[in-house]
Amino acid sequence: MEKITAVQDFEYVELSNLISKVSDLKAEGYRLVQICGVVLDDETYEILYSFDKDHLLKTLRLDLKIGVDEVESITGIYWPAFIYENEIHDLFGVQFNHSQLDYQGTFFRIVEETPWKPKK
Amino acid sequence: MAKRTIVPFGPQHPVLPEPIHLDLVLEDETVVEAIPSIGYIHRGLEKLCEIKDFEQMVYVVERICGICSFGHGWGACASMEGALGVEIPERAEYLRTILHELGRIHSHLLWLGLMADGFGFESLFNHCWRIRETVLDLFEKNTGGRVVFSICKPGGMRKDISNENLQEMVTVLNGLKAEIKEVTDAFIYDKSVQNRMTGVGVLTKEEAMELCAVGPTVRGSGVRQDIRLTGDHGVYKELGFEPCVEEAGDCMARTVVRIREIFQSIELIEKAVAQIPDGPVDVKVPKKVDGEFAIRLEQPRGEAFYYAKGQGTKFLKRMRVRTPTNINIPALVKMLAGADLADVPILVLTIDPCISCTER
Amino acid sequence: MSAAYVTKSPWVVHYDGSSCNGCDIEVLACLTPMYDVERFGIINCGNPKHADVFLVTGSVNEQNKGIVKQIYDQMPEPKVVVAVGICACSGGIFKDCYNVMGGVDQVIPVDAYVPGCAARPEAIIDAVVKGLGVLQAKRDAMVAAGDAPAEAPAEEAAPEAAEEAVTEEKKTPAVPPIFTMAEIKVNTMDHLKK
Repeated sequence: MEKITAVQDFEYVELSNLISKVSDLKAEGYRLVQICGVVLDDETYEILYSFDKDHLLKTLRLDLKIGVDEVESITGIYWPAFIYENEIHDLFGVQFNHSQLDYQGTFFRIVEETPWKPKK
Repeated sequence: MAKRTIVPFGPQHPVLPEPIHLDLVLEDETVVEAIPSIGYIHRGLEKLCEIKDFEQMVYVVERICGICSFGHGWGACASMEGALGVEIPERAEYLRTILHELGRIHSHLLWLGLMADGFGFESLFNHCWRIRETVLDLFEKNTGGRVVFSICKPGGMRKDISNENLQEMVTVLNGLKAEIKEVTDAFIYDKSVQNRMTGVGVLTKEEAMELCAVGPTVRGSGVRQDIRLTGDHGVYKELGFEPCVEEAGDCMARTVVRIREIFQSIELIEKAVAQIPDGPVDVKVPKKVDGEFAIRLEQPRGEAFYYAKGQGTKFLKRMRVRTPTNINIPALVKMLAGADLADVPILVLTIDPCISCTER
Repeated sequence: MSAAYVTKSPWVVHYDGSSCNGCDIEVLACLTPMYDVERFGIINCGNPKHADVFLVTGSVNEQNKGIVKQIYDQMPEPKVVVAVGICACSGGIFKDCYNVMGGVDQVIPVDAYVPGCAARPEAIIDAVVKGLGVLQAKRDAMVAAGDAPAEAPAEEAAPEAAEEAVTEEKKTPAVPPIFTMAEIKVNTMDHLKK
């Protein structure tokens, strides 16, 4: 019996066409599953955007230089993304621009810096 | 325009054992807007997963939440098995499915109790939790724990459950059916309960999809969405699974979905026990994890997402867990807008919030 | 279990610090028919000012320590604190996390510790009943010191003195209120301006 059936569909996306790509997915009827940050090394972070359509998972992979690149918020397309964007901002220190609900660093109120944040 | 007032809700609030904080913007008695803020239980478990090796890590992931702890253990193990390229034995897959459904019964009974407490029906709360204790006894007998089980490990199960014990589980659960029905009928047919739940907190199908809601919250709004349909995890395809969907989209519909799921889970366990093959329950796994794998699981509260990324050592580079409550919060915010202040507690409860899950 | 301590009907208030939820549902399970702490007269109440026993589950962190302290300060004397579960005792499995300070005793004095992950209902009940012994001892100490415990008739204390004590307390609150307007988030304030 086939056990591992979860299809792994990862696709790279550029910072510049993130918004158009996400808009396309929304138009095709995809649902936002999650967004998460991954620390690749001291300078490169990765953000994974997962979407679902008809129970199939599709993930966009966005690489960025931490401290240099700023990411356009997708809350204009998927409003619930504010949960993840504020979380990634507070835990990873990634800057999101033009968010429709920006907690400005008060979503997770942590006194200590998280170990994921870029070392200054 | 009426004068606006902000009423803080929580973090210590009698209706919910866990701390969530909402700033409710009120116009007289009506909620105009609710602004959630979290972080009271944030522990940083995803980071802790990176500094424990991948076999110890399961203990950490199970402690994300004490209610859906079996599901979390399974999700973490499944994502690592995917990254390792390991296929687990069929019997282990059946056992995981059985325990997961047993966990769903206990979680839904717990939620029904909290909901009854939420609308002030104290004796109904006590009855739900009395029945739940029998389910916990089954857990304790078969796994050794009431809350945290630690029976999943990467590569299968830590121990087998004998066929006699499985058979006994089915007998006990079938014996519970009449009691559960008596209690859940009170939710569906009692006039005073209907007054509190019917037509309250309506989430239309379009809104539920727009807000990316998951689990009973979205199935109560008429969307046929259930990760158990994918066959990514467990043996649900073999069991002929079909999700419970209700159309109304109010608190009552979500309650009915959960009630139907309790009986459905008993049936799924019965079918699984009838079909379970004999054989080993674990396989050897490599000592080092490389590669990455994303998998989703249908928890009692909805879809949970697990992502494991290895780095060629026994430590993971990243373990991401996205829990169902996390993504149901936007739906909650939507439902709260326009609600009466007195309905806020049951609206908060209606998404079955698990704050420990949300904040990790 | 000895219920010999139980001469009063102690009420408990519960707060979930930074736990996994497991101990919280076990605390609630204590109230339900299987374990039924109400047979000892123990009632779970939501208001700290009604409570004699404070059950804390989970560890403390920077954000919730103020709340734990505030609930503790609001409870009338004498009072007893029970740390439920290994996280509340020492931080447990979460001790290495970046947002965990450790056990509850970092913030408030603890009278009884319940180990276990999750703590079993039997152990929680046992700890509460043991805590009642401490509660009685504290009450006796208060009476011996001439300090009226909560149950003493009010006639004996001069009304002016009592009033004075209240104003004194109001002048210097032990802990500043948590939800000052300044702290309510920027968004909320923006919303109100609309």
